[in-house]
Amino acid sequence: MDRNMFTGGFPGTISRRGFLRACAIATAAMGLPMEMVSKVAEAAEDPKRPRVVWLHFQECTGCSESLLRASHPDLAALILDLIDLQYHETLMAGAGPQAEEAFEKAIEEPNYILVVEGSIPTGDYEDFCMIGGHSAMHNLKRAAKNALAIINIGTCSAYGGIPAARPNPTKAVGTGDIIKDKPIVNVPGCPPNPYNFLSTVLYFLTFKKLPPTDIYGRPLFGYGRRIHDQCERRPHFDEGRYVEQFGDEGHRLGYCLYKMGCKAPETFSNCSIIRFNDVEVWPVSVGNGCYGCTEPNFWDTMTPFHERLPGISLPVNGGIIANATDIGKKALGITAAALAIHAGIGVAKSLAKGKKEEE
Amino acid sequence: MAKRVVVDPITRIEGHLRIEVEVENGRIKDAVSSAQMWRGLENIIIGRKADDAWMFAQRTCGVCTTVHAIASVRSVENALKLEIPYNAQMVRNLIIASHALQDHIVHFYHLSALDWVDIVSALKADPKKAAAIADSYQNWKLNGDSVFRAVQEKLKKFVASGQLGIFATGYWGHPAMILPPEVNLIAVTHYLQALDFQRKACQAIAILGGKNPHIQNLAVGGVSTAINPDNVATLNMERLEYIKTLLDDVRDFVQNCYLPDVIAIASFYKDWLAYGKTGEYYLAVPELPQDTKGETFDLPGGTVINNKVTPIKSFYDPYFINNVYENITHAWYDGDWTRHPWEEETVPKYTGLKPDGTVDENGKYSWSKAPRFKVNGEYVPMEVGPLSQVLAGYLQGHKLTRKWADYALNQLSSMAGTKVTIENLKSTPGRHLARAIRAAMMADLAMKQWEQLVDNIGRGDLEIFNPPSYPQGEIRGCGFHEAPRGVLSHWSVVHNGGIMKNYQEVVPSTWNAGPRDSKGQRGPYETALIGNPVVEPEKPLEVLRTVHSFDPCIACAVHMIDPEGKEIVKVKAL
Repeated sequence: MDRNMFTGGFPGTISRRGFLRACAIATAAMGLPMEMVSKVAEAAEDPKRPRVVWLHFQECTGCSESLLRASHPDLAALILDLIDLQYHETLMAGAGPQAEEAFEKAIEEPNYILVVEGSIPTGDYEDFCMIGGHSAMHNLKRAAKNALAIINIGTCSAYGGIPAARPNPTKAVGTGDIIKDKPIVNVPGCPPNPYNFLSTVLYFLTFKKLPPTDIYGRPLFGYGRRIHDQCERRPHFDEGRYVEQFGDEGHRLGYCLYKMGCKAPETFSNCSIIRFNDVEVWPVSVGNGCYGCTEPNFWDTMTPFHERLPGISLPVNGGIIANATDIGKKALGITAAALAIHAGIGVAKSLAKGKKEEE
Repeated sequence: MAKRVVVDPITRIEGHLRIEVEVENGRIKDAVSSAQMWRGLENIIIGRKADDAWMFAQRTCGVCTTVHAIASVRSVENALKLEIPYNAQMVRNLIIASHALQDHIVHFYHLSALDWVDIVSALKADPKKAAAIADSYQNWKLNGDSVFRAVQEKLKKFVASGQLGIFATGYWGHPAMILPPEVNLIAVTHYLQALDFQRKACQAIAILGGKNPHIQNLAVGGVSTAINPDNVATLNMERLEYIKTLLDDVRDFVQNCYLPDVIAIASFYKDWLAYGKTGEYYLAVPELPQDTKGETFDLPGGTVINNKVTPIKSFYDPYFINNVYENITHAWYDGDWTRHPWEEETVPKYTGLKPDGTVDENGKYSWSKAPRFKVNGEYVPMEVGPLSQVLAGYLQGHKLTRKWADYALNQLSSMAGTKVTIENLKSTPGRHLARAIRAAMMADLAMKQWEQLVDNIGRGDLEIFNPPSYPQGEIRGCGFHEAPRGVLSHWSVVHNGGIMKNYQEVVPSTWNAGPRDSKGQRGPYETALIGNPVVEPEKPLEVLRTVHSFDPCIACAVHMIDPEGKEIVKVKAL
């Protein structure tokens, strides 16, 4: 993948009113300084809402569905106040000829944001996804031509996703493999957290440029850190306390899910920080490991889902507890020593088990 | 002279669907349904670990999210004859019920209402009059003239902006739109309010499943939702009470707003009770299992053939497992066979459209296979969905079904000024009504599952998982689930100690949207469209009404041609 395609600037400027409150929340989500709010206010003075064309290809509509779950801004605010959503097959009122006409009209006038959901079948399989008698490839190329920028929502449009999983029956790819001359930002996840998508849109509208990204085209504000490094169960990992089976004592005490196949040590995302559905949850918080859905090709590289990642070093020499108790010993004497023994046994046990499993 | 009308894409559905109808003298004479996208998910699952299949299978649909995951784990557990702990069953049931509530709400308000509701007309409504009308048929806390006035103001501002977005292409002012402005305003207001309540149903799912869409708390053998009332990091009383609060709110909306709205709108469109019937073959499976084996259920299922019910009794009932088949005569797969899912193969063979740009109903024309149920040695198409489930429950005397169905039918009879019976549910508006009836039941049943889960945890049972143990030899399983769109079944063939050898999904929209079979029998969409009126072929609103009533889960298109195939009229917007 060409790194440069993710870092292009923007030829035009767009802005619209009514997103100040949403932007203030997004500011926090993106970890940006609060000076951004003044930029938002500035942008808010232009009453024209930016045009968005949203295409569905080889997908399950889960990414669109995820937006139904968002509350800041909610879907009504998004489509009534924030953007001018000109084409979206799951939501638009008209169908058939009226929908086809809306598509033609939308892509005629340049400088809209193109959102792509779903992968694109290629080669001999190009006709395996047809809309109004045209292939996904045909519609993508036409819609990309006049687009200001492309936002890929979900792992399918970003990297091919599940249709591209082994054996990739339709030679499915993401948009970046087809469109090379437009700025593209990827918001992966299966589906992505809607706030990562909304924040990307708001970032673009406010700063008139796409957010900086990593080598996979993901905005740094959402995907700049490893989940493992910002997980609430990380202390249990460091201390050698693991769930060995769903429903066991460790599971009921909220221990680390690494041995249950958690892929957080190799996954970059902010799931544990912004969480999902506004109810303070993410998969790890309820007791299931991370499956790495924000990583390219995760369907092949992260499976089997319940098997441990290879090559992850478990804490040695008793981990943090041992270090902490080394210090503690001086202050607490014998109590700390007892703690150290306890922790040491836990880790030794884990290491022995881990070794056995690997053999 | 008949015209062939092509509608592609059919919007406000999941996926890519194309519908072609022949229209003669203002009525549909013939119809063809064609699914337009193929990913090969079944083939992607083959060769992988059976433990992982549900994660892949769940991505069959992000609208029917959770349902494929449930059917998938059930299919592997069925092959292993593996029971799951009671808590796991209740956690899954809560997810099933909550998802059904979310799905039915979104389907009616956001994906179908605009077939019947004219937003532009709502601008002319008198908010005070609207409030009086709403109060006359529902007791809903978020009605009131100030509410309706505020929504109308918002709409006016939106329209004045000139940027109509997704509403730019609606069938506003269409002669088939007949609701008074005030009823349109009520419906638009509830379209916006419904967004909040469907979100709450999703939040209940997320608390159990880690996120939504696409839950991440299932495992072959149970769930991975850790339960411990005495820990902050698990499903504890705070989390359980949160779920209850959310579901209480959703129940309030469904029973006091959604169901009465559907009844009220149907009362204006009572003529439509004569359109959209598929026939006398309906299929539903039992749902919300009440034990660890899947032998007793809160919602009954079965076939309904000429109003005679044959129940389906357990996860292992041979009446279902032995009688599901799929035919590919008219589907874009290699070969021409009718096979049981365990014996199927999935080899795509795309032949495209005819040179005139229409599908070839005499050849292969859809990515959807044609599922058929074997009845007395014959393979027959069956309609699936809430209508089938309500019929199966009602005819078996299921109390909760009778309660809500009788309420709805009596209310509709009185509002429409004509006797409406269970038989009238076999129609386009009847399908919406059946879905709302099912939602009202699900709202009650969600609370029941919640109480059972809490009681069981209170007894000290924290079990959630029975680990699977895969034999070396080949095993076969079927997992069925009564999804919001109807009967869903996943079929697993597992070998080599847990590797998927074959995987097939027979999904609700395949039952309903499937093409003709080897005997030329039409699929349910195709049958239901015949006889429907089409006032303006250039604006195929009526086609959408009947197709949307099934809650399709594939993308679709409609266009019109001459019955002799001489003249193709490409319908254009005016």
